[in-house]
Amino acid sequence: MAQASNPARFGLWAALALLSLPVLAGLIGVIGPAFGYLPALGGNDPSLAPWRALLAWPGLGQALRLSIVTGVLATALSLVVTLLIVAAWQGTRSFTWITRALAPLLSLPHAAAAFGLAYLIAPSGWIARGISPWATGWERPPDLLIVNDPWGLALVAGLVIKEVPFLLLMTLAALPQTDSLRSQMVARSLGYGRVTGWMKAVGPRVYAQIRLPVYAVLAYSMSVVDVALILGPTRPPTLAVQILDWMTHPDLAMRFQAAAGALLQLALVIGALLTWRLAEGLVARWGAVWAAAGARGVAADKVLRPIGAAGALAIGLAVGLGLAGLLVWSFAGLWRFPALLPDIWTLRNWTGQADNLRRIGIETAVIASGATLIALFLSIAALQAQSKNRMQMMGLIYLPLIVPQIAFLPGLATFALLLGADGTRMAVMAVHLVFVLPYVYLTLADPWRAWDARAGLAAAALGARPARVLWSIRLPMLTRALLIAVAVGFATSVAQYLPTVLIGAGRVSTVTTEAVALASSGNRRLIGVWAVVQMALPMAVFALCLVVPALLFRNRRGMQIA
Amino acid sequence: MSLRLEKLTISHQGAAMVALDVKVDAGEVLTIMGPSGCGKSTLLAALIGALPPAFTASGNVFLDGQDITHLPTHARKLGILFQDDILFPHLSVADNLGFGLPKATPNRKEAIAQALAEAGLAGMGPRDPATLSGGQRARVALMRTLLSAPRALLLDEPFAKLDSDLRVQMREFVFAAARTRGLPVILVTHDRDDARAAGGAVLGVTGAALKVWNGP
Repeated sequence: MAQASNPARFGLWAALALLSLPVLAGLIGVIGPAFGYLPALGGNDPSLAPWRALLAWPGLGQALRLSIVTGVLATALSLVVTLLIVAAWQGTRSFTWITRALAPLLSLPHAAAAFGLAYLIAPSGWIARGISPWATGWERPPDLLIVNDPWGLALVAGLVIKEVPFLLLMTLAALPQTDSLRSQMVARSLGYGRVTGWMKAVGPRVYAQIRLPVYAVLAYSMSVVDVALILGPTRPPTLAVQILDWMTHPDLAMRFQAAAGALLQLALVIGALLTWRLAEGLVARWGAVWAAAGARGVAADKVLRPIGAAGALAIGLAVGLGLAGLLVWSFAGLWRFPALLPDIWTLRNWTGQADNLRRIGIETAVIASGATLIALFLSIAALQAQSKNRMQMMGLIYLPLIVPQIAFLPGLATFALLLGADGTRMAVMAVHLVFVLPYVYLTLADPWRAWDARAGLAAAALGARPARVLWSIRLPMLTRALLIAVAVGFATSVAQYLPTVLIGAGRVSTVTTEAVALASSGNRRLIGVWAVVQMALPMAVFALCLVVPALLFRNRRGMQIA
Repeated sequence: MSLRLEKLTISHQGAAMVALDVKVDAGEVLTIMGPSGCGKSTLLAALIGALPPAFTASGNVFLDGQDITHLPTHARKLGILFQDDILFPHLSVADNLGFGLPKATPNRKEAIAQALAEAGLAGMGPRDPATLSGGQRARVALMRTLLSAPRALLLDEPFAKLDSDLRVQMREFVFAAARTRGLPVILVTHDRDDARAAGGAVLGVTGAALKVWNGP
């Protein structure tokens, strides 16, 4: 067989370095300041002062509780809803329909989905308007704290509507490897109900396949910043939001306690992951007893199947109506409560922002395109080189997704500051690449391996060298998968909030940082404009990436989706 | 032209599954027969230099006296046809043929048109390969291989997926094409009719001569 070429091997090592070094450097970069050592800011002697300052913050206990409860609750709910949807509907036409409807939500930035949900459930949102005044008697928006509620329930909801589509797609990718349809058929023929049979016969195998994505969801939910800024409690906020607050405080001395907070956040996530792992063992033991006990659970289907469908429907509606609401707000002039549509429509919200939109829109697109193309190149090189050291890559690929951003980005920001690289477009692009690469790689890996290797063999037997096989046969045949990976990478970059804020240092902004910065302003029209752009940009790229191969291969039936 | 396998053995976890020491002369067909899983296809993979890592091979392969045992696939000049046609789906019929044609060939268009005509596919160059019938696709795959000017032809059950009428035609077409070009051919199959139509020696993967028909 052809040996991996030098560029491919270089790409593999570059990818491995890119996945691990920034995380390690960032973690090292917070350890120093967390113990008082950062000469550039006057911290010359190691001390515990940052930890004392952190512990002296009165909101700490509540912030920790919030981070744990919202993170674990959002993860558990997302997992249960996902498994319920699959267990109740796999193999039916409704299932195809559900997955088709939820899949596009993946390209949607978390912040845009969160804004949409906020506007839907807010006291002046469509839900309140829809039931007022006939059902509620409200003539004015009620004075209720629904968004930013102190328990973090809105935050949990905002996370669940984004994580269910993610886990669902991960599950779909895992299903073919679990022999799920035949197992389900055996369970059904033994008299089991749909949901019970699936949970007992297929569930454990599927969970083993999606375990790493679930860990990523847990780590992400516990430490998310942008969604928490939009939907989460404010006094106190979650720990992650407070750390960002300290990091961006004009008083640079606050960075010491921010670093201590980042380490505490890391410990919190590690503790939660370990606890989750232990809980997996308990659930598995209990589940084995449950499975062997023989209860068929046929009656349960009557309840569980509608619940699964309702969950999927609620998520689709929440996101769909939320985005529609943002669009309407962006064109709204006067809009009285409880009217369902604005009294006056206007373009002024848009025209007033035109210059900013153009400038920042282009900046966002340039950063996203750069990071995506580099990630694509590295992914292809790594896939080309790694037939043997595949495991090496798979372990590391999840590293930037599992180590919380808020735990290592402050350290990277400190290094960037010391190197004078902070606030440059290149630095922002580089830090985006750390998060874009895993998604591009994971999107491309399956189609890459599923490619019929005999096509490469046939080409080689016809005299084509390995490079020609790659460029003339493999890449063109994978055009569709390559473009999907591009779209995913672009969407991932556009959605990055924390890396842009911390490494951009306020001098580089994207549509996402602009939109999230408006969160506390309460200016619905302006937020509508920026959130619409934030969701439209990745969606436009997605549409383009679907249309191009369709046009390119309109006369090639063998290249159409099977 | 000739293809010689010199003490070629292929082992899997230490156990030899293929052991051959034979020579195939120009225009001759050697048929290797056996049930599925006996190592027929592994033999062809070894010959073109694409042996899966779980297997080990020893011995040598000579093509026209040149030792090609350690050459990469693209340098071996062995044409191969699989059970499926493996036409490249993103290229037109003519572009598929062009992919096989060596770069230095003068009058590429003419060579392609001639190959299409020889296969009874005149004028079908611009077509999408997916719109062709199974028999037509099989012939395009054969012409693509022949255009690459191979010095021997390997056939991996290339007729198995064709229906019976087509199979007879395609067999005649392939063997005639190989004979006129003087190519040594190795055919692996589990179909006795294939072996009979090939007309040459029939061996098992361990080199034992097989009797495929009850004749005189």
